[in-house]
Amino acid sequence: MSSKQNFAVNEKRDAPQARPAPLPWRHWLGVGPFFLFAFLFIFLPSLSLFIGAFQDASGAFTLKNFADLSRPEIVDAYWVTIRISLVTAVGGGLLGFAMAYGVTLGGLPAWVRTALSTFSGVASNFAGVPLAFAFIATLGRTGMVTLILKLVFGLNLYDKGFSLYSFWGLSLTYLYFQFPLMVLIITPALDGLRREWREAAENLGATSWTYWRRVALPILTPSILGAMILLFGNAFGAYATALSLTGGFINLVTIVIGSQIKGDILHNVGLGYAMAFGMVIIMATMMTLYYLLRRRSERWLRP
Amino acid sequence: MAAAMSFLPNLRNLFFPPASSQAKDRGSKRGASWFWMAVGVLYFVLPLVATFDFSLRARKGVLSFLAYERVFKDPAFWKTFIFSLEMAFFTILVSLLLVVPTAYWIRLRLPKLRVIVEFISMLPFVIPAIVLVFGFIRVFSGAPFFLTNTSFGTNVLLVAGYTVLALPYMFRAVDTGLAAIDVRSLTEAAQSLGAGWGTILFKIIFPNLRVAILSGAFLTLATVIGEFTIASFLVGINAFGPYMSLIGQNKTYESSSLAIISFMLTWAFMGLLQFLNRGQASSSLAGAH
Repeated sequence: MSSKQNFAVNEKRDAPQARPAPLPWRHWLGVGPFFLFAFLFIFLPSLSLFIGAFQDASGAFTLKNFADLSRPEIVDAYWVTIRISLVTAVGGGLLGFAMAYGVTLGGLPAWVRTALSTFSGVASNFAGVPLAFAFIATLGRTGMVTLILKLVFGLNLYDKGFSLYSFWGLSLTYLYFQFPLMVLIITPALDGLRREWREAAENLGATSWTYWRRVALPILTPSILGAMILLFGNAFGAYATALSLTGGFINLVTIVIGSQIKGDILHNVGLGYAMAFGMVIIMATMMTLYYLLRRRSERWLRP
Repeated sequence: MAAAMSFLPNLRNLFFPPASSQAKDRGSKRGASWFWMAVGVLYFVLPLVATFDFSLRARKGVLSFLAYERVFKDPAFWKTFIFSLEMAFFTILVSLLLVVPTAYWIRLRLPKLRVIVEFISMLPFVIPAIVLVFGFIRVFSGAPFFLTNTSFGTNVLLVAGYTVLALPYMFRAVDTGLAAIDVRSLTEAAQSLGAGWGTILFKIIFPNLRVAILSGAFLTLATVIGEFTIASFLVGINAFGPYMSLIGQNKTYESSSLAIISFMLTWAFMGLLQFLNRGQASSSLAGAH
């Protein structure tokens, strides 16, 4: 380690740290492929949609596409998509939190935790076409749960207005990958709650409720909100599950964009681009919020 | 760790006997925990049971594996499955060649670029797959690329799209892996022995990152193999995801058996991932302390 030759090499490399000199141009070549790829396959497609959103059919500049976003069926598509993302983010978030709480602080045995983390990894990745099949076999018209409810409890879901192929059915299906994702994201945050904080609070005479309200929840809130935002984004961009479950008969932004790509159902390509652009704006807002919340939660919860 | 956790409360109870209300509190807390765990497990298991049960009912009156036999006898099943495996393979290859040298290089020479590279690698979270493929078609179907005219072109686009989707996971996995090894010392040691950049990357960095690389690879495999959105617009029925979707439209029992098969695949990939990460977690813990 202390041979002269090594020292010479070290000296040569460490010099820029002591006295920052401009890097030789060839050092930038090392990241060239990555930036070229990002330019071609992330930046260029996004830019192209962005430009397309400001063009009419002949390619001239227009703002009409954005004005057309206020057409009732398009506002409805955004509204349904946002609602379904919100419902599954909050629902999945609460269930996921309760389960993660159980294995971290709730006193469940250690093997439950191992099993839960494996299952969460699997279930959060089990989405799309096969998930839709699974829910058709469960809650479809002749699904197992539908039949059991009908035969054993005399409850006919479909007479009561429930349909798997509607808003609530799709929400139940999304929940299947939403709450396991919550478990995966929130468990480390719950692990970060220090025992000392609880003990300090108890020594000062706090009840369990006071401790949660005044200490644990304020610390956890940014993490919980941040995780729910990720869940929101997860549902917001979902296409395959919704399409194979409803056959496209639900008015989601992703479904409309999909039909637009297949056959110009909007009769205006530019409007399709504007819709896609709108999705990116919403997602970007969400991720900015997530980033801010994460910075806040990292103040307390260091691994 | 877990043993210490369950041991601690007992110790505390020994020295500071809890008020009786607190003990009851703890009992009800555990009860609530079991309750929510049961809800979650039921939610997880019921659809699987229902789907499995349904997949066995292809022959009237008896339970049989007929639907599975039919699926496995379908040449299109194997053709599309192998196609998607190939695409997953190329995706993993391309994203590793893209991410590993970049992450290595910014750690070693260009730490200032880190924020930008990290930001770019998170961008796929902002761009939903359907939007990405929309942009792909607009950019690459016309001049000067014309990539959607040939099947080679669409395959290239598919791999590029999957690489974009995998970017956040890959970058994070590789970067965590790099954080656990001393990149600078390894590089200097290699250089002092006369190694060039190629040797350093492929004989030192890649082997040292094998756990991170394998985790990233399995995660990519699990997401790509049944991917539908991008595949359906670029290569259509050639890929496994769109094939499953087509079966779902006209064959009820086969679609259930496909759901079970693809669930078992996901389980296999994620199980392997878990297995790998367990090793990594303990080793990185040992390295940090």
